Amino acid sequence: MTAERRISIECQRYNPEQDTEPHYQTYEVPFTDDMSVLQGLQYIKDHLDGSLTFRWSCRMAICGSCGIMINGVPSLGCHTFLRDLVSQGKVRVEPLTHFPIQRDLAIDQTDFLRKLESVKPYIIPAKDVTPADGAYRQTPLQIDEYYQFSECINCLLCYAACPQYGLNPQFTGPAALTLLHRYNADSRDAGTAERMAIINGENGVWGCTLVSYCSEVCPKHVDPARAINQNKINSTKDYFLRFISPRGADKG
Amino acid sequence: MTAKRTYMRPMTNWWQRLPFYKRYLWREATCFGVIAYALVLLTGLWRLSQGAEAFTAWRAALASPLSLLIHVAILAAFVFHSWTWFEVMPKTMPFIRVGGKRVADDTIVRSGVTAAVVATVVVLVLAAWGLK
Repeated sequence: MTAERRISIECQRYNPEQDTEPHYQTYEVPFTDDMSVLQGLQYIKDHLDGSLTFRWSCRMAICGSCGIMINGVPSLGCHTFLRDLVSQGKVRVEPLTHFPIQRDLAIDQTDFLRKLESVKPYIIPAKDVTPADGAYRQTPLQIDEYYQFSECINCLLCYAACPQYGLNPQFTGPAALTLLHRYNADSRDAGTAERMAIINGENGVWGCTLVSYCSEVCPKHVDPARAINQNKINSTKDYFLRFISPRGADKG
Repeated sequence: MTAKRTYMRPMTNWWQRLPFYKRYLWREATCFGVIAYALVLLTGLWRLSQGAEAFTAWRAALASPLSLLIHVAILAAFVFHSWTWFEVMPKTMPFIRVGGKRVADDTIVRSGVTAAVVATVVVLVLAAWGLK
């Protein structure tokens, strides 16, 4: 049996009923090699301080609930192991940056949910279809065009990585723009024209300055920076092509 | 029910928070080096339009120690800017497929850097040949 190892976890705390601003509280947590930061937080909640608030669900990097800042880096609590942080001396956990803090490590996601809804993240078919029409058919190549972008788990690490979102909260942001692209890139979808206003708008893809840290922190390798920046080309085409083929000219 | 009271953290000194952000800002800042050298070359063109004497004077000014120092600084800025520019290049492109397989981002980065190196060598060879 190996000797018990301990690590200091410094948690940012904020109680909206008592505090005017967040402060830090440190806990000494025993850990084993297979323990994630999320398990460290669960140890604190179960054994040291039941008032610590944080979100979690699946513990296997698919639900996207446990996004936090770990030593300043947007990370999934369940996907980061305490053993890997020992060399950094300490573990400092904070709520995802650029978002309003509700309590302790829990942030308010309302802004993102509104943006997600605004990009129409669902297939808009060209014509009404019923199950009687049969299944859609797609080639592997057509699937490959969007599959990577469909892997997004809405964990919001990319928003915490994006200084442009921090500086301008109106910016539609990485995940929402990526999911917009995910549907535009899908051969079953015919909603591109409806989504173009968001791409072209003041807070669309041009709000991105290709910092590309979003792609760096994405736990599912979705590469949001790529989805967004491809659409700068699409937005440019959309702008110039209207001089050749004015919108609405073929209607009526 | 009362309104939720949330706390918004300030963005003060955000670029100092992570090495990644500093590197990003250096990438953006080094574009001034690129602009500076474009101005140096444009000045040369403008002096050329004024005649042989003016052009010779411009070339003599380029050979001064201060000018050489500035050239070294601009060269460093250029190298960093080009490197980091090619690093993000794959993010600006749709998927490229060769023989049905996606070209890896690393390959795109390496191709860009190679093209830049080849172009630089060609320009240097032409310049050396022109100076003979």
